[in-house]
Amino acid sequence: MTELEGLYALWYREFKVFLREKSRIISSLFTPLLWIVVFGGGLGSSVSLGGTNYQVFIFPGILTMTVLFSSIFFGLYIVWDKRIDFFKEVLVAPLSRLTIFAGKMLGGCTDALIQGGLMLAFGVILGVSYSLLTVFAAIVFMLILASATVSIGLVIGSRMESPEGFNLIISFLVFPLFFLSGALFPISNLPPWLHVFTILDPVTYAVDGMRGIMLGASTFPVAMDLGVLLAFSAGMIVIGSIAFSRMK
Amino acid sequence: MDGLTMETHRHPVGEAVIETLNLTKSFGRLMAVDHVNLSIREGEIFGLLGPNGAGKTTTLSMLATLLKPTDGTAKVNRHDILREPDAVRRSIGIVFQDPSSDDILTGRENLYLHALMFGVENTIREQRIIEVLRLVDLEDRAKSLVKTYSGGMRRRLELARGLLHKPKILFLDEPTLGLDPQTREHIWQYIRRLVDQERVTVIITTHYMDEAERLCDRVAIIDDGRIVALDTPESLKQVIGGDIIRLRIKHPTLSPIKELKYVVKVEQTDGFVLLTVKDSSVHLQEILSLVGNVESVELRTPTLNDVFLHYTGHEIREAEAEGGFFERAVRARSGKG
Repeated sequence: MTELEGLYALWYREFKVFLREKSRIISSLFTPLLWIVVFGGGLGSSVSLGGTNYQVFIFPGILTMTVLFSSIFFGLYIVWDKRIDFFKEVLVAPLSRLTIFAGKMLGGCTDALIQGGLMLAFGVILGVSYSLLTVFAAIVFMLILASATVSIGLVIGSRMESPEGFNLIISFLVFPLFFLSGALFPISNLPPWLHVFTILDPVTYAVDGMRGIMLGASTFPVAMDLGVLLAFSAGMIVIGSIAFSRMK
Repeated sequence: MDGLTMETHRHPVGEAVIETLNLTKSFGRLMAVDHVNLSIREGEIFGLLGPNGAGKTTTLSMLATLLKPTDGTAKVNRHDILREPDAVRRSIGIVFQDPSSDDILTGRENLYLHALMFGVENTIREQRIIEVLRLVDLEDRAKSLVKTYSGGMRRRLELARGLLHKPKILFLDEPTLGLDPQTREHIWQYIRRLVDQERVTVIITTHYMDEAERLCDRVAIIDDGRIVALDTPESLKQVIGGDIIRLRIKHPTLSPIKELKYVVKVEQTDGFVLLTVKDSSVHLQEILSLVGNVESVELRTPTLNDVFLHYTGHEIREAEAEGGFFERAVRARSGKG
């Protein structure tokens, strides 16, 4: 019972902080909107892909990006909390490290989902049409991706002493994950060397799955996308739990 | 070492709630805590006094199961810190040196989250939160965000939070570090109040002499990871064996002074002579007539600083640049967002 209440407390804290720090929401939506409106609008004025408007084509990719960036950078808050004694207060609680990890992870997923949800709503303005089922499936995909990438952020955050170090490592990780995922281009006609990298990038399957759900145009079967993402998420969660149980 | 565990007279003492057995922590070659044996009794305010880096916080962290000892162990509320860390954690409260309350949450929200994490049952949760808020006089500000609190108020909130789950032992790591003198005085009053009302044993670390002297029932002087003395502040000061007379004098005549029976110790530093003298008020006249042309005289009773000097051969440097509690809180948060 204590563990469950502790889990709720940890999640509740992240949620409250998220709602109070409006700047977190605004700054994390700003970049994806730039991509969609400026990049998508600009390139889309001379390019269309198989009859699909380019802006609409990259929308699932940008949605994935919103979730990817906000969830992976969630780990930064642990670095901040560790700098003084905010986080020690949590570590000294009679809770298992698994619970602490799970609470933080669910908190991060909630943040990412809220931001993803706001982007999803923006899609209506762009002219992407959703059914209720589409929305539900997109949320499932976002949640699985977020659980994996929040875990990555938390693992790195739990190891780092300075925000600068965290940012350095994350930018080496997050940009390749994003650019190789096919968020901005179709992955079916790539040169072989690039193709190898894209299929190794787990985020590819999130983008592909979302594109399948929303636009009905996926490279892989959606079930396969889901399977790869689930495996990715399970792996990262396991690594995250281990990292937290070893954290001092 | 028998003399080191004298009974304190200020408080009725109960049985031992903390016992350490050769508690040791080394970081590489550095011995942060070196085979410490302590027995802390129920209901006392126990102070670990020493300079920064003496091993106070490391000792506390081991007792709170945040750090694993490299050697030795300890029992906290009869639970072994190595074998039963969860039971230890449930029975203690801890207030860290650095700010640890969430400043984007209200005081009340901070307490609520702590209550959930420490398993305070929901039937008594609300009532207990009100109780501890009242204890530190923060009921009126409970609904304000912690970032609007002063350094002293944050400290009080953290004291309240440490007590929320009714721990038997409360650890306070440098409870008044960086606070102004008036606020420190207040915090001491609150700490005494909670010892009286909550019947909790308090262990503080400090490098402030006055804090150890005025707040603690017993004080362990710690230097380089070792306990060099342990007793009530009064008994510790008796070790000095008299009062301190400080003379400002250029050419002192010291040989007749050294002959005097009531002079315990004579020290000479540039321009000053320090004498430790029994019944100083009676003998001051005679000393002054023998020593020569004195420019000024200062007579005082010994402080824990003299005791520390006596045992370690050096003074505690209080003016180390750590910055105030509040400044550090602001600094650590300012890069965020």
